[in-house]
Amino acid sequence: MEFSKKWILSPISENNPITIQVLGICSSLAVTAQLKPSLVMGAAVIFVVALSNVAVSLIRNYIPGRVRIIIEMTVAATLVIVVDQFLKAYSYQMSKQLSVFVGLIITNCIVLGRLEAFAMANRPVPSFLDGIGNGVGYAIILAIVGFFRELLGAGSLLGHRILPQWLYNSGYSDNGLMVLAPGAFIILSMIIWIQRTITGYRET
Amino acid sequence: MDLVNIAVRSIFIENILLAYFLGMCSFLALSKKIPTSFGLGIAVIFVLTITAPANWLINEYFLKKGALAWIDPSLAAIDLSFLAFITFIAVIAAIVQVVEMAVEKLSTALYNALGIYLPLITVNCAILGVSLFMVERKYTLSEATVFGFGSGAGWFLAIISLAAIRHKLRYSNIPEGMRGLGITMLVTGLMAMAFMIFSGITLGK
Repeated sequence: MEFSKKWILSPISENNPITIQVLGICSSLAVTAQLKPSLVMGAAVIFVVALSNVAVSLIRNYIPGRVRIIIEMTVAATLVIVVDQFLKAYSYQMSKQLSVFVGLIITNCIVLGRLEAFAMANRPVPSFLDGIGNGVGYAIILAIVGFFRELLGAGSLLGHRILPQWLYNSGYSDNGLMVLAPGAFIILSMIIWIQRTITGYRET
Repeated sequence: MDLVNIAVRSIFIENILLAYFLGMCSFLALSKKIPTSFGLGIAVIFVLTITAPANWLINEYFLKKGALAWIDPSLAAIDLSFLAFITFIAVIAAIVQVVEMAVEKLSTALYNALGIYLPLITVNCAILGVSLFMVERKYTLSEATVFGFGSGAGWFLAIISLAAIRHKLRYSNIPEGMRGLGITMLVTGLMAMAFMIFSGITLGK
């Protein structure tokens, strides 16, 4: 099973969808101001990518080439509706917090990118593993961004205060910029820098 | 006054790209050259100004809770709002297709300029994002149209500025791992910071 391991592991590190393939940064950075919504968003993306990959891979031989994009989007949209309704039913607060960004998983380039590049040409099991791998690779980056933004921006993690009070007493203060949009861009660019230095990936 | 307020907010204060991160994929991929970003920006404004009111009408008369009452009072209890995602994305895909065909028919010059970008717009998060925001914020039809246009204009502004900056960056000596995506993200972060100076502005009521 050497082969199938590669499908999962490669997108997590050396072929990461965000830092190397430059896909899917769109919809989800806005939810990374705190760690918890980042984790929920990551889980939602793993679910949608993996299952839509399987679904499209199962029907790949019946999809006419000209209308494939709209069919792929319909599959993705259906799965996103499932996620959205699930969140509304079991975690209403979280669903309010993520607001429109759950819906935007549909247009997340990772979903469509994997469907186009992998599921249209491969059997269901590899497609499923590829979806899991890419979803996890994506979720990890979201979690790292969420971790640093919440830690530096609010001094807490998952809502619990992490930084001790004496630090604040001695003059430290939370960096409000991290909670705002520029913080996400800057942290992500740092992650990309570190990750590309480690893997040695160069853009041509 | 309210409409001006919404326009200014969506262009500068809550820029769809720099504050909500929508439309990042094409923003990063197609901002290498100024003419390309110009064409794409115009196409986004165009499509957003059409899709926002179209989706507003669909939401108001078909999807919203009680929206079907105009067909028959007995349908007033139906709430189809869970279908919003799939309907909006289908409407956007259809409108983009129609716009592409119309532009091809009506103006060859415009088609040559916009043609290749129009299909890409269907998967641009900003388009779906605007429709979803518009529903969430309960805008009226005219407000939704202005919001659509304003968001498009804000996106246009952001991609043009980034293309201009990247043009200047071409001859800079950037650390190797930072080249390409890394420096682009950092520049976008600085632009987002610059746009934050608008955040204190409020117009009228």
